[in-house]
Amino acid sequence: MNLDFLDFEQPIAELQAKIEELRLVSNDNEINIQEEIERLEGKSQSLTESIFSSLTPWQISQLSRHPLRPYTLDYINLLIDNFEELHGDRAYADDPSIVAGLGRIDSYPVMLIGHQKGRDTKDKIQRNFGMPKPEGYRKALRLMRTAERFRLPVVTFIDTPGAYPGIGAEERGQSEAIARNLFEMAGLHTPIIAVVIGEGGSGGALAIGVADRVMMLQYSTYSVISPEGCASILWKNAEKAPLAAEAMNITSQDLKKHGLIDEIVQEPLGGAHRDYEMTARHLKQALVETLDNLTPEPVDRLLENRHQRLMSYGMVNGQ
Amino acid sequence: MSWFEKLMPSRIRTEGGSKKAVPEGLWTKCPGCDAVLYRAEMERNLDVCPKCGHHNRISARRRLDLFLDLEPREEIGADLESGDPFKFKDSKRYKDRLAAAQKTTNENEALVVMRGKLKERDVVAAAFEFKFMGGSMGSVVGERFVRGANAAMEHHTPYICFSATGGARMQESLFSLMQMAKTSAVLNQMAKRGLPFISVMTDPTMGGVSASLAMLGDINVAEPNALIGFAGPRVIEQTVRETLPEGFQRSEFLLEKGAIDMIVDRREMRDLLANVLSLLSRRAA
Repeated sequence: MNLDFLDFEQPIAELQAKIEELRLVSNDNEINIQEEIERLEGKSQSLTESIFSSLTPWQISQLSRHPLRPYTLDYINLLIDNFEELHGDRAYADDPSIVAGLGRIDSYPVMLIGHQKGRDTKDKIQRNFGMPKPEGYRKALRLMRTAERFRLPVVTFIDTPGAYPGIGAEERGQSEAIARNLFEMAGLHTPIIAVVIGEGGSGGALAIGVADRVMMLQYSTYSVISPEGCASILWKNAEKAPLAAEAMNITSQDLKKHGLIDEIVQEPLGGAHRDYEMTARHLKQALVETLDNLTPEPVDRLLENRHQRLMSYGMVNGQ
Repeated sequence: MSWFEKLMPSRIRTEGGSKKAVPEGLWTKCPGCDAVLYRAEMERNLDVCPKCGHHNRISARRRLDLFLDLEPREEIGADLESGDPFKFKDSKRYKDRLAAAQKTTNENEALVVMRGKLKERDVVAAAFEFKFMGGSMGSVVGERFVRGANAAMEHHTPYICFSATGGARMQESLFSLMQMAKTSAVLNQMAKRGLPFISVMTDPTMGGVSASLAMLGDINVAEPNALIGFAGPRVIEQTVRETLPEGFQRSEFLLEKGAIDMIVDRREMRDLLANVLSLLSRRAA
């Protein structure tokens, strides 16, 4: 079993392995098995299509946390020019689970802020699995204020299991840090675009997610609690996570349908991890279009629209 | 039968049936110090234990009743009810859980908001009903909170919120999460207009509510020994695999760490907040 593939991706993994094997054989020998390789590649393509045409919310939730899924720094490399990372909250520490800095998307200079998970074990620990502490949120807020001062749009990439539930985080005011960001982002005098690129985990995600436009990559998820967390509370059993994923409507498609997000950015066949470049191209195009729309807006109108949007959230009956 | 029971004449033994003669709820046991107290005395003392000072949890309506002047009172958004956007169902339907909560609490949602007076000063006050699905914040709670803030802005009055909640309501999924943004945004509007928001955190104030409106007071107040925090103690223990320090996430801990302005005894709440609001309003005494 290949650990870089999820359960439901295993048939694809097996075919891919076979194709690789054949390639090696054909390199060594004079025998031409190109035809066989092409046939298998066609089969792999149609297999992927059929698996991906009927994904369950739980499978999408697993894709959103796929070990090979591109993270914020991957997108920064692929779609941001002249990036300069900026560090620290000026009060306590620099939190590596949030990266931030100045850069250019096409012709637009922006302040980019995103959660960052780690790839290997050491990196994962250093990035705290993408779970920010208060200093991470305070760094984000500090740099949003900087962006406001220099009239730069803010672009955020959301990809976190949630804010870190630790002793030090509580001592330094995790709740206050998140609340303060929500409060300040509602009134920030510059356009804000938020993109859920992977896992949109609860308050820890929303703390950099209040925006004029909210987008989601096709196989990302956004929810008030993780499927496992929800299942262990409501079903008293974390193994019911697939049911919780279903019940909570966490996929981009469901959330778009309910008007909670504005736009879905399509991923390549098989998911973002199958083709980083193509995913980044789609994302960049969506970002540039949105920047084209938002940047000419007068700040007053931008803020009024943002306020109306925030006030409209909810499903309520009665006067 | 023990030797003692054999010795005792049967007439002085307690009869099983006679217990019914005692009216229910006449006595109450303090969860803080286990003292057995006369229920009426406890109520006279605003449900604070006269022996150990333990602050018992109280309902939203009683909270507002204790806090506001007797007259006038006008409830805001009372007839708003929750939609069920996702037709959510776990072991029970969300609709059934709502109905059950309505029956046990006599409230139709987890937040009660009222316009009224505090020592003759116009205010708007809101209180969470913890017994209604753990005081969780869904669409109605968010909308009522916003309407309370709007009323405060319209009449140019301060806004006070007593929170008692486990956080966001899972059954409304992302709609609940967005109430954090919604309630925080309306407080930003109040702040721009120079109107004070006072957040009173009571036991417990956790999760999505603590990470939004509850921590955004111009003055953050807590009742003694209330559990206040972002993540629940059990979640933290499982994550860090350490025993939590004594008093962790209690009001006194938050005061020490600089998260709140003060701890206020329930019996002094009216006097103290009236004084703070008077000072903030910059009027002569």
